[in-house]
Amino acid sequence: MNSVSGASVIRIPWAGARTPRRILRAILPALSLALVVMGIAWLNPRAISYFGLNLMLNLGIPVALATIAQMFVITVNDLDLSIGTFVSFVGCVAATWLRDAPLLGVIALLAGVGVYALIGALIYLRNVPSIVVTLGMLFVWQGLAILVLPKPGGKAPDWLHGLMNFHTPYVPFPIIAAIAIAALVHIGLMGTSYGAILRGSGGNPNAIARAGWSLLKTKVVMFALAGVFGVVSGLALIGLTTSADANIGKGYTLLSIAGVILGGGEFVGGRVSPIGAVIGALTLTLAGSLLNFMRVSPDWQVGAQGAILIIVLAARAIINRTDRRAL
Amino acid sequence: MRFPGTLNVFAKPWIWSYLGALLVWLAAIAFTHGYGAGGMITAGLALAVFSVIAGVAQMFVITLGPGNVDLSLPANIGLASAVAMKVMNGSDQMIAFGLLAAVASGVSIGVANHLLISLLRIPPIIATLSASFIIQSAGISYGRGLQIKPPPGFAEFTTAQVDGVPLLAIGTAIFTIGIAVLLHRTVYGRSVLAIGQNTRAAWLAGIAVERVRAATYVLSGALGGICGALLAGYFRGSSLEIGDEYLLASIAVVVIGGTSVSGGKANVPGLWGAALFLVLLLTMLNTFGVSAGIRFVVTGLVIIGVIIAAGGQKG
Repeated sequence: MNSVSGASVIRIPWAGARTPRRILRAILPALSLALVVMGIAWLNPRAISYFGLNLMLNLGIPVALATIAQMFVITVNDLDLSIGTFVSFVGCVAATWLRDAPLLGVIALLAGVGVYALIGALIYLRNVPSIVVTLGMLFVWQGLAILVLPKPGGKAPDWLHGLMNFHTPYVPFPIIAAIAIAALVHIGLMGTSYGAILRGSGGNPNAIARAGWSLLKTKVVMFALAGVFGVVSGLALIGLTTSADANIGKGYTLLSIAGVILGGGEFVGGRVSPIGAVIGALTLTLAGSLLNFMRVSPDWQVGAQGAILIIVLAARAIINRTDRRAL
Repeated sequence: MRFPGTLNVFAKPWIWSYLGALLVWLAAIAFTHGYGAGGMITAGLALAVFSVIAGVAQMFVITLGPGNVDLSLPANIGLASAVAMKVMNGSDQMIAFGLLAAVASGVSIGVANHLLISLLRIPPIIATLSASFIIQSAGISYGRGLQIKPPPGFAEFTTAQVDGVPLLAIGTAIFTIGIAVLLHRTVYGRSVLAIGQNTRAAWLAGIAVERVRAATYVLSGALGGICGALLAGYFRGSSLEIGDEYLLASIAVVVIGGTSVSGGKANVPGLWGAALFLVLLLTMLNTFGVSAGIRFVVTGLVIIGVIIAAGGQKG
């Protein structure tokens, strides 16, 4: 199985996008986002304005960051079920220690990243399924979040609040932030030679190991990166909400996995797309607003996200099937 | 396995889960100076039943091989609890119909899961995850404001005891013996094991892989449905969050109970040991009077510790 997918790893996804179907598959994430934006514009044209977009999209930034974190883990064929409660933990630390005792706060957050790296190492060294280990971590972070902040409350540090409520001229801040995140990760993961090694360790671990690269190191790097983006996601979230509670990131695990898959990421084989992941996260965020404008009962918000995921996967399955027939 | 040279029975991985359960129970009664020792076991058995049922469901799915897991169990349990209570509508005559409706709800979720996996060719994790989004919403919308008490007969049945042993635990013990027979002595059970060991070899040997896989997801769904109905009876009413803890619990009892997470090797007796261990662990932490935060952290660390110690057999 590995030898088959190996050939495609070296190739940058979509670089050889010649067939119309490949192009179609590549623009699928952007297409879904465009559809959602058009839906909003049609139902409520006034929402597509500087303030409207700012309002609808700003909570998309922490989601996008968590999605990138999840993407790093998915790249090396693992899954992080704990990212949601990790974001909660970071949020609780940010709203308490980071304000009252900044040094302690910074140490706690760095330790969080360290734990992520350690989890990556354990998963590789003991060859255990990430889903079970991160399920355990889900509870650990949840418990720590409750210990740091037993009752909802706390207050974001002023600098964080100021940063997240920054008003850029002409283009809303969330859009600029999303582009910056996507560009940064795209360059790092898709454009550098070590980025190719990192993706390769998900696509064809044997080949990467034989070429002399340490799989332990790639695993640790990817999990540590997930930790870093998890921290930034939690900080961004608290900067927006200004206070925290121990369940604040609860939905992020599901959203982040859905975002990666919506954005065109494959579940195995190191095939991911940072730009797609950010687009996927924004699509899911905006879908919430769209459903509100459509007066869909909040009961069905989660269900709609599931339906979007299934529809996009179905579309991809149809494209893949015709693609295979064409080859 | 960790201590070579000791008694042969210790080579069986599931022995450890029973030892663990015994240890945490002893620690708890040492703390209370023996007070409530029997009560802890009664309560432990009663709660372990639900983890065992959910664990059996998850065990069959996980045994199918790497990547197979049913993430829709919690949502399934939540929805089934509401369906059962609504159909029973507090009347003893409707108990059987309520149970049937809960199973039907679970079966349809299992069918939907398998359709997503086979038609869209998406990994089971993503399929059951997307399905659980939709089930969750269906549950919220269906169960809104639902505060129907279970019929008195059903509530009685789920909490009845025979000499301090919950009736439900006896029933579930007999049920798990049946499950062990199903797993080791029937064509279906052996097909599940064979697929988990090597799907391609199983297919070449003439096993209808897709049909067995479908049956397994349906079985998992059905068991989730039963679990939901029983939980609603035990806790005197349905709620959407009733199934939340059974995602971790179902996977944890499978892993701690000695079933291989990479598939192909299942262990039924271990489910009971692991379920008792987890329930008694929480009982112990409660008697120690630790906060909810510590309880979460310890539960998480125990699961990580067990999986790290057990290690993975194959990649």
